[in-house]
Amino acid sequence: MTTQTETPSSSAVTSIEVEAVDRALIDASTRAPVMFFYTTALTWLFAATVFGVIASLKMHAPEFLGGWPALTYGRIWPAFTNTLVYGWGCPAAIGTSIWLMARLCRVALRSPAALIIGGIFWNIGVTVGVISILSGNMRPFELLEFPRSAAILLFIAYSLVSVWGLIMFNKRRSGHIYITTWYLLGAFFWFPWLYGAANVMIGHTHGAAQAGIAAWYMQGLLGLFFTSVGLGAVYYLIPKVLGRPIHSYYLASLGFWTQALFAGWTGMTRLTGGPVPAWMPTVSIAATIMMLIPLVTVTVNHVLTMYGRYDMVYYSPTIRFTIFGAFAWSLSIFAAIITSLRSVDRLTHFTQFSAGQFQLIVYAFFTMVMFGSMYYIVPRLVGCEWLSATFIRVHFWGAAYGMGLVILMLFIGGAAQGDAWLDPQLSPALVIGYFQPYMIARTIGWLLIVLAHLIFFLHFLAMLFRLGQPSGEPTLFAAIEEGGDHV
Amino acid sequence: MKQFPVIFGGVFATFALSFIGLAMVPQLQIGNLQPFVDEDAGDIYPINAGGQAAQGRKVYIAEGCVACHSQQVRDEQMGADLARGWGDYKFPRRTVARDYIYDQPVLLGSMRTGPDLTNIGSRQSNPMWHYLHLYSPRYVTPGSIMPPFRFLFEKRKITGQRPDDALDLTGVEAPEAGYAIVPKPEAKALVAYLLSLDHSHALKEAGEAEPAAAAQPATSK
Repeated sequence: MTTQTETPSSSAVTSIEVEAVDRALIDASTRAPVMFFYTTALTWLFAATVFGVIASLKMHAPEFLGGWPALTYGRIWPAFTNTLVYGWGCPAAIGTSIWLMARLCRVALRSPAALIIGGIFWNIGVTVGVISILSGNMRPFELLEFPRSAAILLFIAYSLVSVWGLIMFNKRRSGHIYITTWYLLGAFFWFPWLYGAANVMIGHTHGAAQAGIAAWYMQGLLGLFFTSVGLGAVYYLIPKVLGRPIHSYYLASLGFWTQALFAGWTGMTRLTGGPVPAWMPTVSIAATIMMLIPLVTVTVNHVLTMYGRYDMVYYSPTIRFTIFGAFAWSLSIFAAIITSLRSVDRLTHFTQFSAGQFQLIVYAFFTMVMFGSMYYIVPRLVGCEWLSATFIRVHFWGAAYGMGLVILMLFIGGAAQGDAWLDPQLSPALVIGYFQPYMIARTIGWLLIVLAHLIFFLHFLAMLFRLGQPSGEPTLFAAIEEGGDHV
Repeated sequence: MKQFPVIFGGVFATFALSFIGLAMVPQLQIGNLQPFVDEDAGDIYPINAGGQAAQGRKVYIAEGCVACHSQQVRDEQMGADLARGWGDYKFPRRTVARDYIYDQPVLLGSMRTGPDLTNIGSRQSNPMWHYLHLYSPRYVTPGSIMPPFRFLFEKRKITGQRPDDALDLTGVEAPEAGYAIVPKPEAKALVAYLLSLDHSHALKEAGEAEPAAAAQPATSK
């Protein structure tokens, strides 16, 4: 894999040169919308970080900021999850999708204004939604807390992006449809349906069936939308940086179709033992177990694509973040399969373990992949390279150790919590004593995340104002010794 | 170019299946359940609580209580809910879809940082306990990590007689002499709602539970 591209002679315009110019033009055409989505996404990520720290602190220091109604735990926790998902997650996903779509369809983006209008709508929607949550105007369903007014804005905004994506796809110049495009088409299609249907149905139903809709939505959002964009980006970035194709295209499409088929059915594991007909959780447990197929095919594919080139995590920031995220996804599916079993569910249901699973998907998998894509994409848009490898290093280790600690503590603490609830002799106050130490350690993890995000935010701002290193060689952790074809 | 219909059709079909299966079919099955009616005994369950309790339900939602408290009781196989008395003492049982037919929106919850509240009204029927607990959770339950809801109360100067609803606070939590802590309307509504949470009624589909079969737990707060 060390083939060096011969420098084309300056007299003849080679096809490689044409392609490079073409690619640069396509990249440039996506600059405004992608940077708009990325910048707003990171601003919300910062808000989410602050909410996350406050929520984490309140799990062991309940009187902290106790006099502020807007910051009571019951509001700050949904404010955290919603800003993380809708403020940061979706716009980051949209930004990455736009760039990937343009690249893969080999079409320069036309009328970016529609996308930016979509982005403005989206951010107004999130602002309205978060303010509503903090002022107590919310719905009691996880990730559907935003009131209707905000939900409508989000729906319109994402629909604009979806329509744009389909138009883009229609104008594509390449015949072959790469696996990433499949995932992105899925995401463009699934999100509006999921979000629209869930919001409408929540408003017109009542009773236990409503909880079923909320569970279906939550799992669809994580298992279909975030997973699609995240895995789509992984399938693009790893081969691109390594300069070798994915190991098996067959495995990739098998992974995609089984994911599409089963992920939508997994939601009712959130209601195991609950007041719904028993077939619902049973079907979802079966579907969750079937997720073994995408778990194995996708993981094997990543492992074999990386085979022999694992040293790249030492050099390339993109690879380091992306492969971390890819394996976190595998872990999240593995955890979902184990905890779906009724014998495990009785322990982990209703505990912090489920909060850990949520953050494993949304943060350790999706967010890390998005960081990886940003390290790859942003230099191609702003025309300069990342300022400092040390900043990237601090960002990675802060995020990896910070979120690693948070998730580990939620897992262990959640198991301790579930175990304590199973003993009817322990009063609720005593149960808290069993998991509180882990909650304190979780706050320490959050402080590392604050540091990582602060560094990344500053680094990104520097790129936004083009204060990076002059274009040319990408910013790596270390010079690649073999002299590979790293891009 | 033939790939597109395959991808689009597949993406549509796989998703439509789960939408119909998990969002629509349950709606047909349990979306229109009717209350249990025994005409001979004049017995109807559940009853649609209105008035102050309905107002309190809104406060419960606005303060995000659902982030830490569930309102669903699982059977013996799925944990110690019944042994803890969460399924009520009179008719210890799990909850079923019929228990929630009047709930819009339903408040099942997915987290138990604190105990389940399905039957908190029958488990703890003393309103003053609830007021004190909301005002200062640790005053009533040392070791609790429930947030204080002091902003649902106000300090009022006592003129003439001490208000009936003044909180019985002693020690550091007590207000200075001449003042009393009284609940605002939101707190009164919330407590009315909590006291209304009582599902002690047998239901066939929840299994014929033996009355008072559950062991008395150490604490049931």
